[in-house]
Amino acid sequence: MKPPKFDYHAPKAVDEALALLARYDGEAKILAGGQSLMPLLNFRLSRPAALIDLNRIPALAYIKEADGSVRFGAMTRQRTIEFSPVVAKRLPLLTEATRWVGHLPIRTRGTIGGSIAHADPSAEYPAVLTALDGEVIARGPKGERVLKPREFFQTYLTTSLAADEILTEVRLPAMSGVAGYAFEEFARRHGDFAIIGIAAVVVRDGSRCSMARLATAGAGPVPVRLRAAEEILEREGFGDDAIARAAAKAQDLVQPDADIHASSDYRRHLTGVLTGRAIKRAMAKAGR
Amino acid sequence: MADKSELVTVRMKVNGVQHEGRCEPRKLLVDFLREDLGLTGTHVGCEHGICGACTILLDGEAARSCIMLAVQADGAELQTIEGLAQNGKLHPLQQAFHEHHGLQCGFCTPGMLMTALDFLRVKPDPSEADIREGISAVLCRCTGYQGIINAVKAAAPILRRG
Repeated sequence: MKPPKFDYHAPKAVDEALALLARYDGEAKILAGGQSLMPLLNFRLSRPAALIDLNRIPALAYIKEADGSVRFGAMTRQRTIEFSPVVAKRLPLLTEATRWVGHLPIRTRGTIGGSIAHADPSAEYPAVLTALDGEVIARGPKGERVLKPREFFQTYLTTSLAADEILTEVRLPAMSGVAGYAFEEFARRHGDFAIIGIAAVVVRDGSRCSMARLATAGAGPVPVRLRAAEEILEREGFGDDAIARAAAKAQDLVQPDADIHASSDYRRHLTGVLTGRAIKRAMAKAGR
Repeated sequence: MADKSELVTVRMKVNGVQHEGRCEPRKLLVDFLREDLGLTGTHVGCEHGICGACTILLDGEAARSCIMLAVQADGAELQTIEGLAQNGKLHPLQQAFHEHHGLQCGFCTPGMLMTALDFLRVKPDPSEADIREGISAVLCRCTGYQGIINAVKAAAPILRRG
């Protein structure tokens, strides 16, 4: 269980990394935090000609507030996000979701850009990106593209990043200070990948719901935004019946695959249960 | 920077001592520690970042040395299990593991201790639930965990006092 041989490059700047990517013409892999790629290399499930390690590019690690959103350099560590006061204030959903990402020693190395570019559908960050309807910035030889989650996530471990592009930034719109939020997840053990995870954000106006955002982890090949369930809350408010109907709708909206961890039916069932719990917990936290 | 079979020079400070070695870029940090530096206290378990046996402190933060390349630690400061005891005296966390039967075979213990050390810095006054979650980063196949939980609980106030 040792990685196969590869050329190793640790560029100091993004342009240098892009030039290397172009030179290897699709045969190189980007190494971010390495918490998914290194196991794949150790198992030799991946045999790239070269690794382009972004860990020596300090300009890719930052958390900045700008124009009502928070921008994360792709190499910002999950651990930094977990303890960031800016994130706790502007994106408390992300703070909560981060505690579900692996374990603390994994979050020491794991990055926001790496997790999103890896596009494991049961990972937490793609679900948060989808619930908050954020954006990712892809940089290539021809410049930058701004991609919404729906354009970015294609299927299991597959994104619309081109072979000569690097994900350089993640942008998440700051949450309203009165929004309630919850990240609910079920895994066999805390720290394992989610069997199902649900990200929820709601804004309440008395018993009415003026905005609801719901997205899944683990319920299909890409994160699913549960728009029809959100609409039930926005139309009917936060009564027990409305929440039950939204949860039932969530269950209908997903078509999870079965795997060694869970059957499709079980995942669908969990989607409903966890959506209901997430809405209730988010609602309880919402101001007004 | 380095082609497949070219060796790279790696320099790092481990437990306060400066080391230098040459290895292939694909060499895992845990193998570099064990084979090149002779620091065999850090154990190789699952080799894919699940079991936590190889956990070390990288610039003060717990990380898994089996899913990191040695060349990535060039210029870093590491702490491994060998750095815990001072002048033949066990670190308070080691002493607590000893007193509370926090180990049997000892295979997971280096990773468990480095993980617990980082955890107690982040959460100096943890609840039992916090401890259970904190140490869930490391698998132990002997103790049933209860002794480990007791040990971490006992060490917390000692480490808080410094």
